[in-house]
Amino acid sequence: MIYNFDFGAVLAYWPLLLEGVWTTLRLTLFSTVFGILVGAFCAVVRTGGPAWARWIVSLYVEFIRNTPLLVQSYFLIFGIASMGIRLPILLGAVIALTVNIGAYTTEIVRAGIESIHRGQLEAATCLGLSSTQTYLHVIIRPALERVYPALSSQYVLLMLASSIVSSVGVEELFGISNRIQSETYRNFEIFVVLGVIYLLLAVLVRSGFALLGLAIFPRRRTLGTPL
Amino acid sequence: MNSAYILSLLQGLWATVVLSVLTFLFGGLIGFMVGLARISPSWVISRGAATYIQVLQGLPLLVLMGLCFYGPSILGYNSLSPLVAATFALTLYSSAYLGEIWRGCIQAVAKPQWEAAECLGLSRWQRMRTVILPQALRIAVPPTVGFMVQIVKNTSIASLVVGYAELSYNAKIINNATFEPFLYFGIAALMYFAVCYPLSVQSRALERKLNVANR
Amino acid sequence: MSPIVELKDVHKSFGSLEVLKGVTFEVNKGEVAAIIGQSGSGKSTALRCMDRLETIQGGSMLICGHQLHDTDVDLKALRRDVGIVFQSYNLFPHLTVAQNIMLAPRMVKGMKQRDAREIADTVIAKVGLREKMDCYPEQLSGGQQQRVAIARSLAMEPKLMLFDEVTSALDPQLTGEVLRVMEQLAADGMTMILVTHEMAFARKVADRVIYMRDGKVHEMGSSDILRTPATPELAAFVSESAEH
Ligand SMILES: Nc1ncnc2c1ncn2[C@@H]1O[C@H](COP(=O)(O)OP(=O)(O)O)[C@@H](O)[C@H]1O
Ligand SMILES: [Mg+2]
Repeated sequence: MIYNFDFGAVLAYWPLLLEGVWTTLRLTLFSTVFGILVGAFCAVVRTGGPAWARWIVSLYVEFIRNTPLLVQSYFLIFGIASMGIRLPILLGAVIALTVNIGAYTTEIVRAGIESIHRGQLEAATCLGLSSTQTYLHVIIRPALERVYPALSSQYVLLMLASSIVSSVGVEELFGISNRIQSETYRNFEIFVVLGVIYLLLAVLVRSGFALLGLAIFPRRRTLGTPL
Repeated sequence: MNSAYILSLLQGLWATVVLSVLTFLFGGLIGFMVGLARISPSWVISRGAATYIQVLQGLPLLVLMGLCFYGPSILGYNSLSPLVAATFALTLYSSAYLGEIWRGCIQAVAKPQWEAAECLGLSRWQRMRTVILPQALRIAVPPTVGFMVQIVKNTSIASLVVGYAELSYNAKIINNATFEPFLYFGIAALMYFAVCYPLSVQSRALERKLNVANR
Repeated sequence: MSPIVELKDVHKSFGSLEVLKGVTFEVNKGEVAAIIGQSGSGKSTALRCMDRLETIQGGSMLICGHQLHDTDVDLKALRRDVGIVFQSYNLFPHLTVAQNIMLAPRMVKGMKQRDAREIADTVIAKVGLREKMDCYPEQLSGGQQQRVAIARSLAMEPKLMLFDEVTSALDPQLTGEVLRVMEQLAADGMTMILVTHEMAFARKVADRVIYMRDGKVHEMGSSDILRTPATPELAAFVSESAEH
């Protein structure tokens, strides 16, 4: 039996695919920004906060890291809807993805903070820096620079995993392809096309992070070595 | 809360465990070969393995599920059952990650060990089997146990494209009937947690032990 | 002349381990004091107490007009007046030399970038590393890093500089370049307290030598006590040090 591939039928829907790509990128961008904020904040609390706050953060981190994103999305998005709150679906998706990636970011940044030598803090104290200044300039910044490669990989995974929120009705790249599927019945071709697009997106996001790294870490730009 | 629903969730949990175990077995087997291929002295083989890893790590699992589900039928085979298709996709996916983890472990075995084994006149495979792998295995256990957590969580994706009735699938069905998302997805989440958390704790404990032993 | 540093019967314990068992000494403005003694005798602890990195449990400590046992001692003001340099240079690895030096003047004194840069230029010249301003710490040798650490402290224009074995981690030839910087500082009239194993250096620049033993000041005097010790313990310590 010979199967006739028909990629043309799928590619004819390129405006729709492009729309999906755009949504996926926006989802990724917003979740990245909020995820890093949440993660950095929680990491600071986890390493230097009061005992009860540390406990809450580790509960959050453990719970998120030991349950699937899919169930977290169902829980949050269907749950919020069941309370009668109507959120724009994209906002719901960004919340679910942020809650998820925030926990992974917390762990990565925490490892970075713990790798900062005690002598660094002592030097900052002796120079008279306040604890906020010390955190910002002597702890968080080098910690982020040190774990930046790990963070980049995690956020590429986030972009790929954002396909999961299609299951709660978000029409990002994967979700929007359902429409093409129901109109063309070219299931296999659609998945091949999706695969290629996601591979390209992964390269794009990775390069984006590499460029951003050069922009925000002058030391890396000058020396090119990991901190 | 309805006991029939709880039973259905437990059945889902069992299906999740079955799929996880199958994935770990097959994924581990192929991942081991990928890891070895990755450090092969032959440029073609190692490059091939690297490409395999790169491609699989650049695809969403959801897309891989679709490819494995619809792929065989265009080759003229009957379409696969949800369990087979899901195992197939998860095996490929996990093999890439496990291959990369284990490559790291093998290469972490100190160079002098390789050289010492070479001086003894052992063949490459003998060196690998008698000197390198036993040591690499020790380092590999904690991250491998850690990756099991990823496998268990990833099995939830099998509920989507291929429609394998595991825990999150059953939870979704129940929610469609009851509209109590916090309750039933909450219970499902706790069930995942009950499987994953002990593995996470174990992985960390093993890692700590290893770090102490290496000091 | 009134003392700028005044320790009276200072006691400090870590848990049940008493490390300082009543330490008393003074240092006047413009003086260089060298603290010597076996390792574990409490030299670093005494120094760290002077910058309030450790709190003392008994006695009194007056540093640049700040009473350290007061609970409401103004730490920010204290640390403006006191600079401290450790054996490990603790430069910030993600900042250039210039940024390392300018960080505290900008953050703590709220200086403008331009004014901070001016100060940085002045202090980096003092340690002779003008051409390294835009390097990162890892691009420098140990001796150069230690000189930058000294410059970083000087940028806060302290009244008192504390040095804790700043050359112990360095090769002999790198040690020399750091000691020369400290010697110049002393000549410029900076008040300095240094913990050191460099007996020759102590003999040369110290106005006052403090020999600590087992948490107490065992013998103290001008640098002459290194030539003619009064106690057999210091005599033994000096001859021991000479052997190395
Ligand atoms: N933070 C600390 N906690 C507990 N013990 C300490 C601490 N710092 C120093 N010590 C102990 O205090 C004693 C004196 O240490 P130190 O002041 O560093 O001596 P020195 O600098 O003369 O070698 C040592 O026995 C040391 O182990
Ligand atoms: Mg010491």
